[in-house]
Amino acid sequence: MDMKATKKKLGMKERYRVLTRDLGWEPGYQSKEAIFPYVRYEGIKVHDWDKWEDPFRLTMDAYWKYQAEKERKFYAIIDAHAQNNGHLNLTDARYLSALKIFLQAISPGEYAAHKGFARIGREFPGVGTQVACQMQAIDEIRHAQTQIHAMSNYNRYYDGFHAFADARDRIWYTSVARSFFDDAMSAGPFEFMIAIGFSFEYVLTNLLFVPFMSGAAYNGDMATVTFGFSAQSDEARHMTLGLECIKFMLEQDPDNLPIVQGWIDKWFWRGFRVLGLVSTMMDYMLPKRVMSWREAWEIYGVENGGALFRDLARYGIRPPKGWDDAEKAIDHMSHQFMLGLYQWSFGTAFHSWIPSDDDMAWLSAKYPDTFDRHYRPRWAHIKQLKAAGTPFKNYGLARLCQCCQLPCVFTEPGDPTLTCHRETVYKGEKYQFCSDGCKDIFEHEPEKYIQAWLPMPALFSELGGDVAAWMDWVSLRDGADNGDYDGSRDQRHFDEWRGLATSNL
Amino acid sequence: MAVTSLKEYIGVARDRVDNYGGKQIVYLSWDHHLLFAAPLMLCLPPATPFGEVLRGPLAALLQADPDAAALDWSKVEWLKDNRPFAPDFSRSLADNGIGHKDQLRFRTPGLNSLQAAA
Repeated sequence: MDMKATKKKLGMKERYRVLTRDLGWEPGYQSKEAIFPYVRYEGIKVHDWDKWEDPFRLTMDAYWKYQAEKERKFYAIIDAHAQNNGHLNLTDARYLSALKIFLQAISPGEYAAHKGFARIGREFPGVGTQVACQMQAIDEIRHAQTQIHAMSNYNRYYDGFHAFADARDRIWYTSVARSFFDDAMSAGPFEFMIAIGFSFEYVLTNLLFVPFMSGAAYNGDMATVTFGFSAQSDEARHMTLGLECIKFMLEQDPDNLPIVQGWIDKWFWRGFRVLGLVSTMMDYMLPKRVMSWREAWEIYGVENGGALFRDLARYGIRPPKGWDDAEKAIDHMSHQFMLGLYQWSFGTAFHSWIPSDDDMAWLSAKYPDTFDRHYRPRWAHIKQLKAAGTPFKNYGLARLCQCCQLPCVFTEPGDPTLTCHRETVYKGEKYQFCSDGCKDIFEHEPEKYIQAWLPMPALFSELGGDVAAWMDWVSLRDGADNGDYDGSRDQRHFDEWRGLATSNL
Repeated sequence: MAVTSLKEYIGVARDRVDNYGGKQIVYLSWDHHLLFAAPLMLCLPPATPFGEVLRGPLAALLQADPDAAALDWSKVEWLKDNRPFAPDFSRSLADNGIGHKDQLRFRTPGLNSLQAAA
């Protein structure tokens, strides 16, 4: 048989078709319903899966090539950082607390996102969607790995990095992020796309990554900056996929609008609660600060988020329900959170501290309406207690929110002097919440959230209230990983090693 | 529908009182005293007299607040389920109708050292 000479190379467009859409087929001996059983129960109606556009038109072979190139550069810099004692170029070891929280709470979220995208890549019928989900699944596992590798250098020298996986599963301040991802992963494929692809990647990523990566750059952490550059191009793809999905749902059927709006309301609020951690990193934990949380919110929340929702208004989408409550919390949340972290620092696998006079002057300038009035008096009192030799430790464990699982540190939207109390009874059981946003989410799907595993009540139900046993169980080394930065081993080591690097003594 | 699911789905409540070995969770919160970053959680036998909770574990936890010494329990205003509540200090949590995971709030008008003047 004669071989027919073909064109040596396919054109870009043809190549994309062959390597993506052409991989799909019409099932012959099974129904589509049997093969894709999860695409209808959420109520989203899809009439034509081919309308799903993949704006990136990336094929798997090109994907491998790009990513391999990026990883080569990334690991070259990580190696250089390790070999040249890069950790001593940090502004101060206090910076590492932000890194530890990121590693314990956020990096495992990347891994969870990987599992989620691998799953929904199988659950969605459209070929374009499947390919996009496959690539994002691989991106997310790479991000988890590269973050862990980037931060592992610090584990050789500093406390609090060694057991991030246990911290993720068992400790209390990470459960806001863990429960966010658990909630998304136990939802259907469309809701997962809104939770991760839209809310997390599109609405919140800028508030998470930009300040965090800039924070790394400002504070001399080359390892984390390099990771940020490596991930940046992927994030652009993820954001586009999330936005594409939301437009696809809204264009396919008008009945999809109220479902999508409900998910936007829910996932904005869940994401906003995760940002509580970020606000504290920005305002308190970066020795050299990039901008205040309030300033970041103005740029990435109000301006960018506002533009996005103006764009979606033509589909009938309105801004998320919790938006106004969020705005009222902006000038308070980082302070409320840091005060909590400090008083419960016996139970954190990172250090916190009382802000210095300079720090307080900065906070006062950035939060002229709230800091001096509400938060400075508390810090001043805590400082006094420390000076008197009775540092403030709040051994009264906190009430956690049944939905976001954070300690209920937040105040009434209109009254910053009063804790926000919300409760409900479902099937004879009482449930407590931090806000209307979290209570609404619970009441929409109570059978889901009554199953929440809450770390603080679990200390009593599973360990009989034995704090030392709890520390062992979460791999927290008392006196090393936890407590005030002032007087910690991290502080002592950093000052000593930096001294060796910069002087002759 | 109480959850979006393929078929009927019944969850199992994770923190029922049976899991606490004969004890129960009680949340306590001192209104306008935010030195304590969140409502306090105590795990106690339901037979504990209410007054004993105040004099024992609660008093110990509240020490750090500058108003703690001036706190007069006989003048405190109580809320349960966010509504006025009149506990009997000599009777137990159970006899006072304080259930598992109930939130009690108390108010001390005029006592607010760390709060900004309104």
